[in-house]
Amino acid sequence: MRLEVEIASKTFKSAAGEQHDVISGVAFALNAGEVGVLVGPSGCGKSTMLRIIAGLDPDFQGRVSRPAGARIGFVFQEPRLLPWRSVEENVRLAAPLADEPKLSALFEILELKAHRNHFPGELSLGLARRVALARAFAVEPELLILDEPLASLDTALASRLRDEIAMLVDGRPVITLLVTHDVDDAVRLGDRVILLSPRPARVLADLPIRMPRGARGEVEIAAIKSEIMRRIDSCPTRQDGS
Amino acid sequence: MARLLSFAVFVAIWWIASLFAGNAKLPPPPTVLTAMIAEARSGNLFFHLGATLARVALAFTLAMALGAAIGYLMGRVRLADRLGDPWLILLLNLPALVVIVLAYIWAGLTEVAAIAAIAINKLPTAVVTLREGARTLDAALDEMATVFALPRWSRFRHVILPQLSPYIAAAARSGLSLVWKIVLVAELLGRPNGVGFEIGVAFQLFDIPLLLAYSLSFAAVVLLIETLLVQPFEARSSRWRPRAA
Repeated sequence: MRLEVEIASKTFKSAAGEQHDVISGVAFALNAGEVGVLVGPSGCGKSTMLRIIAGLDPDFQGRVSRPAGARIGFVFQEPRLLPWRSVEENVRLAAPLADEPKLSALFEILELKAHRNHFPGELSLGLARRVALARAFAVEPELLILDEPLASLDTALASRLRDEIAMLVDGRPVITLLVTHDVDDAVRLGDRVILLSPRPARVLADLPIRMPRGARGEVEIAAIKSEIMRRIDSCPTRQDGS
Repeated sequence: MARLLSFAVFVAIWWIASLFAGNAKLPPPPTVLTAMIAEARSGNLFFHLGATLARVALAFTLAMALGAAIGYLMGRVRLADRLGDPWLILLLNLPALVVIVLAYIWAGLTEVAAIAAIAINKLPTAVVTLREGARTLDAALDEMATVFALPRWSRFRHVILPQLSPYIAAAARSGLSLVWKIVLVAELLGRPNGVGFEIGVAFQLFDIPLLLAYSLSFAAVVLLIETLLVQPFEARSSRWRPRAA
């Protein structure tokens, strides 16, 4: 099982009729059990790339090969829950095959047990993001795509959710693709960090992290991080955000 | 409580007005009530109300189903919108009377003609409302449904229908009132029964108590259906919305 991405170019036509290059040459491959992290400045075309990889946007030059018939779990940047369905129904609709013990376990891990019957409008953003995570994991995806799942959450919650994602990903052989502009998240979660240039996006560096996630202590993380930051600074790129 | 008070005020105004207008033009409530009871006793009232209600139900269902399907298509498919739009504008602005008269001429003074004429009058408003609804469907949720490979039916029922339900409710609400208004005209012009027919008879005989008895019974049925069917449906379909303060 392997995900291969080769996007030669992707252009948008604006309402005024002008052509905008969003992606100009992005290629990488991920194996099952691997977490690839796309890091790049915001607005560099990461979300567009994810939509192409998930098969939502067929209008591009290049090739994406997903495992045949792969189930996809997608955590969008916004939670994208159905506001008129309860938390549990939202998860069950995406994952009709998930059984009760499995859902209970997921709700337990993501601390959603008390919110099963709430409507999304009654949840905080942090909770809604967790429901979106629960939904993506409940389908037992072969390809898991996470688009800045931790953005705009406070540090404590973000770090807890990050640990939960790591735990869920380690439990199954899934190809995971995570987008972030936070290098810290990238280093803590990724097996491979793919650095992207500003728009139009291209790959600046493809850096594997050989040490397993669980074995990385704060010292190692800091070391890898400074290595990545050095790479970023050596490129003509400005990192925004944290 | 407020509704009851509102009703009492209505009866009071009617009673006072009847004192000024005189019995011949506006009979007081008891006279009309007597006429109503007499019609109810003979079974006429229920027969005619039933005939009218059956027409309303049929024409309404037909127009809603067809209108929703066409409106959805026009909201989603550009070509359908382009092709359908001139027809829609024509139908929207065609006077109800023209449709009814033409239907009776072409299809005879039949039940089918009456129901078709009523449905055609309501159809364009349903189409317009549902087209608007289909245009506002959330592309983000659409993508979500695609990525998670929701089956067609589940997608329709849980993603699309809830987004359209305010539009369906609006189309039903405005469409129903339109149907109420038109059904009586269609009956007056070409049916041998129904509230519209009876009102026609009362008009020719200048039997104002009878005319008011039928009009008010009809109004009561409309109110009943609004409170018991339309409003609960609206409340249910917006149950997930946070309550307005």
